[in-house]
Amino acid sequence: MINGISINMYLMLSTILFIIGAIGVMARRNTIILFMSIELMLNAVNLLLVSFSVLHNDSSAQVFVFFIMAVAAAEVAVGLAILSMIYRNVKSIDTDLLSNLKN
Amino acid sequence: MKGLLIISGLGILAMLAEIFKFKKLLLPLVLIGIVAAYAFNFMEWRNGFGISYFDNMIAFDKMAIAFSGIIIATSFFWFILANDYFEEDSNLVDHFALVLFALVGALMLTAFNNMTTLFLGIEIMSIPMYVLAASKKKDMKSNEAGFKYLIMGSFASAFLLFGIALIYGATGSFDIMQIRTYISANADHLPMFFYVGVVMMLIAMCFKVSAAPFHFWAPDVYEGSPTLITALMSTVVKTAAFAAFMRLFLVGFANVSETWTGILSVVVALSLIIANFSAAMQSSVKRMLAYSSISHAAFMLMVILANVRSNISVDAIIYYSLAYSIGSIAAFGILYNVGRSGGEDISAFNGLGKRNPLLALCMTVAMLSLAGIPITAGFFAKYFVFITMIGTSYKWLLILAILTSAVGAYYYLKVIIAMYFKEQDSELAVPVEKSNSLVIIVTTILTIVIGVVPGFVAEMFKY
Repeated sequence: MINGISINMYLMLSTILFIIGAIGVMARRNTIILFMSIELMLNAVNLLLVSFSVLHNDSSAQVFVFFIMAVAAAEVAVGLAILSMIYRNVKSIDTDLLSNLKN
Repeated sequence: MKGLLIISGLGILAMLAEIFKFKKLLLPLVLIGIVAAYAFNFMEWRNGFGISYFDNMIAFDKMAIAFSGIIIATSFFWFILANDYFEEDSNLVDHFALVLFALVGALMLTAFNNMTTLFLGIEIMSIPMYVLAASKKKDMKSNEAGFKYLIMGSFASAFLLFGIALIYGATGSFDIMQIRTYISANADHLPMFFYVGVVMMLIAMCFKVSAAPFHFWAPDVYEGSPTLITALMSTVVKTAAFAAFMRLFLVGFANVSETWTGILSVVVALSLIIANFSAAMQSSVKRMLAYSSISHAAFMLMVILANVRSNISVDAIIYYSLAYSIGSIAAFGILYNVGRSGGEDISAFNGLGKRNPLLALCMTVAMLSLAGIPITAGFFAKYFVFITMIGTSYKWLLILAILTSAVGAYYYLKVIIAMYFKEQDSELAVPVEKSNSLVIIVTTILTIVIGVVPGFVAEMFKY
């Protein structure tokens, strides 16, 4: 129980957010939206970690959340750099164009 | 731990090289630093149970030191092999720094003792690899490989993190030893979401070691990346991911093995079948090696399965990753040299036995080792895996592994046949740089030496 709301509610909310993110990664074709979906998945994890942290009365999970935020920022920075490189080569950011490597 | 610190220092030094203008000195400096890191790593072997650092977040026990040794030694060969790859490019120092930081992540993964260091190790290793995979800026295939690697890697990381969060929620700790104790104390009333967390971490780790059915990104990424970066991915990155996999599941989740052994045995079976049959159909050698690395992943996962109850013969997996890393470095080194003049298709190897007899001989040894044919290291690597499997309940996997190894021999032999029995119009020898041929010859000799005295090498890793 956190502030009168059962932990299962927090668990359910972050699971739903995570699944929305996962579906976004698998279903969407626009690469920017892919990045947004991955961010959504990571933020679902952050929410879950913070609520468990309050539940256990233990701050280590909140430190973990900072690590996740920093790493997510680094990942997106690298991703956008690669994306701008791709855009320079093919003038598009649609994932359908990324199919040169196939059996 | 000193090895980890030295390599971090080298990475920072590499970034300074551009500013203070000692670019020419950088490669010798890095090689000396890696040798020093190896020496310090080796000296820590005597520490017995190992020393832990940072509030027990990193602990260099014998397993960690053995894996670190393999990773550092492989990277030493890799840097010699890659010297001209760096020269071709204008951003020389950036590449050095990226590879060195990827190594730091790999070493962290061998020694993690906390979910935080597991996550940070994976990310420190992966993020430079995303950049390196896409490092041929004008080549669309390389761009695509980098992008796919990034999306799949961060997707898997998200699963890993969700698993970590769920396990933290159930056990209240990130420390794997504390998680282990908590599990064995409260085995009966663990919440449902704990098991979901274990399965999600299993899926994420299977992604990272590219085991089927989570392997689909690997052939594309391996093919699109520059050949030398592929060599790094299939040796250093793979060894580190296995070390992490093993520590996480054999130490952290050993007491809930019923949850994950079933899934893992299916993963192994699928990897063996899919990888070997797909590899047999490839015409590109690079893609074939990518699929072969998936089948080698399956072999290493088999050792993890076999050790769930006993936890004794970890040396089999260490020997396997040593044999596989050295064989792969030789194979990729040759592929890199042949590929520069003739492309990466299997026909580029036609008539190599006449044109470059020595190179062809080394390739033959590397292929035989990867196929697991006697007197090479690969044979005993497979042999030790089979030995550990015999006493377990996974005999069906053992039979499947032997059958698919036969398929494996077919596609490795295809390269050998192309080299010796096929004619090619051009009689020109493939130009090989001195340093490259040195690495190729040394790794070939090592492959044979490790194969001739397997007992000695395996004994070294016993503790």
